[in-house]
Amino acid sequence: MYSKGLKPVSIATVVVVAIWLAMVFFYAPLDADQGFVQKIFYVHVPLAIVALCGFVAGGIFGLLHLRSRDRSYDMKSYVAIHMSIIFGCVVLITGAIWAKAAWGHWWVWDEPVLVSFLVVFLLYCVYYPLRFSIEDPDRQARYSSVFAIAAGAFVPINFAAVRMAESFTHPRVLSQTGGSMPGEMRLTFFVGILAVTLLFVTLWKFEMTSKNASMQLKRLRRRLEATA
Amino acid sequence: MIRTAAAILRKDLAIELRTKESVPAMTLFTVVVFVLFHFGLDRDSLDGELASGVLWVTLLLAAVIGVSRLFATEREQGGLDGLLLAPVDRTALWLAKATALFLYLTVLELVAVPAFAVLMLGPDLLPALPVLIPVLLLANVGLAAIGALVSALAVETRARELIVPLLLLPLVVPLLIASASVTEPVLRGSQQAEDLGRWLGLLSLYDVVFVLIAIAVFDFLLDD
Repeated sequence: MYSKGLKPVSIATVVVVAIWLAMVFFYAPLDADQGFVQKIFYVHVPLAIVALCGFVAGGIFGLLHLRSRDRSYDMKSYVAIHMSIIFGCVVLITGAIWAKAAWGHWWVWDEPVLVSFLVVFLLYCVYYPLRFSIEDPDRQARYSSVFAIAAGAFVPINFAAVRMAESFTHPRVLSQTGGSMPGEMRLTFFVGILAVTLLFVTLWKFEMTSKNASMQLKRLRRRLEATA
Repeated sequence: MIRTAAAILRKDLAIELRTKESVPAMTLFTVVVFVLFHFGLDRDSLDGELASGVLWVTLLLAAVIGVSRLFATEREQGGLDGLLLAPVDRTALWLAKATALFLYLTVLELVAVPAFAVLMLGPDLLPALPVLIPVLLLANVGLAAIGALVSALAVETRARELIVPLLLLPLVVPLLIASASVTEPVLRGSQQAEDLGRWLGLLSLYDVVFVLIAIAVFDFLLDD
C-alpha cells in the first residue's frame, strides 16, 4: 500500500534534485568572502532542516501510535527517525567540512546550531539500542513511541538552551539564512529545501514499502507452513 | 492518586533506609569523582567555570546511578508485577518514583556540595548559596521528572545499564547548560549572578515541559 505513487514521487525527486544541483553550481552566485566553499550551504542547511523535521515527525507518528494503537504508525515513526539519523550523519560531515573551510577548524563550539544538532543526533542514536533490546513487539512499539515523543519535545528546548548559552558573546552567526540573502541565493536555498524534502519522502516511502513487503512475506510464509 | 503515590513513596523510602543502596553509593561516587578531577586537572582549588563544570557534571553522573537503580528492587524481586496488577494509576507510580529521586538527589547534594567546597572550591561557598540552592532545587525537579521516565523506559530492555546513561545524559544537556552558566559567576566569588532570571526561566521551562511529557506518556509504559 505504500508503493502507491512511488513512481511519480521518485521521478519528481530525481528532477527536482537535478535542478537543485544545477542551480547550486551554475545559478547561485559566488559568495563574496567565502567563495566556492559557501555552496555547501545549499546542501548542509536544507539537510539539517529536513532531518530535524523528520525527528519531529517521528514524534508525531509516535503520538498517533499511542493514541490509536495502530502498529503501522510505529513503523512510520521508526523509518522517519532512521532516515533522519542518516541525513544527520551527512549534516555533521558537511558541517565539519564547511567549518574547516570557513573558519579553519573541523569543529567549532561557538556555532550554536551545529552544537545543538550534535546533541540531538547523539540522543537519537540511542533509539536503536533502546528499540532493539526490547523483544516483545508490542512493547517495543510502545516504548519506541514514548522515546520518540520525549525526544521530539527535547529538540526545541535544546536549541533554545544552546542558543542562549552562546548569545552572551556571539551574535547570531548564521544570519545569512535570514533576510540578508540575495534573491538568487534564496531561491536556490528554497529549491534545496524542496529537493531534500522530496528525497526524504521518497526514501521514506521506499523503506516503508520494503518493510511492509517483508512483513507480508513473513506472514504468508507462516501461513504456508501452517497449512503444509 | 496522591495517596497511592505517597504509599509507593513510603515503600521506596523504607527500602532505601533499610538497604542504604542508592544514596550512599551516589554520595561516595561524587567524592571519588572529585578526587579524580583533582588528579586529572592537577589543581588544588577550582573557581569560576571550571568549578561549576566539575560540580555539575559530577552531580549529573551521580544522578545516572540513582536513575538506573530506581526500578531495581521492583525488577529484581518481581515487585513490578505486583504494582502493575494492583489497580493503581500509572501516573501515581511516576509521581512516587520522581519524588523519591528528587529526595535522593537533595540528600546527595547536602553532602556533595559541602564536600566539593572543602575538597576543591577556592572561594568561600556561603555567599554562593542564595543562588546555588534555587538552581539545585530546580535542576533536581527536572532531573527527577526525566529520570523517572528514562528509568521506566530502560527497565524492560535487555541492556538497561547501558541505555540509562546513553539516554539520560543527552537529555540533560539543557539543564547542564543553564545550571553551569548560572553558578559560574557565584563560584568565582562574585556576589551577582549574570542573567539569573533568564537561566532560572529556562530551568523552569525545562521542568514544566518534561513533567508534562512524563505525565502524558508514562501511562503507556509498564502497561501490560
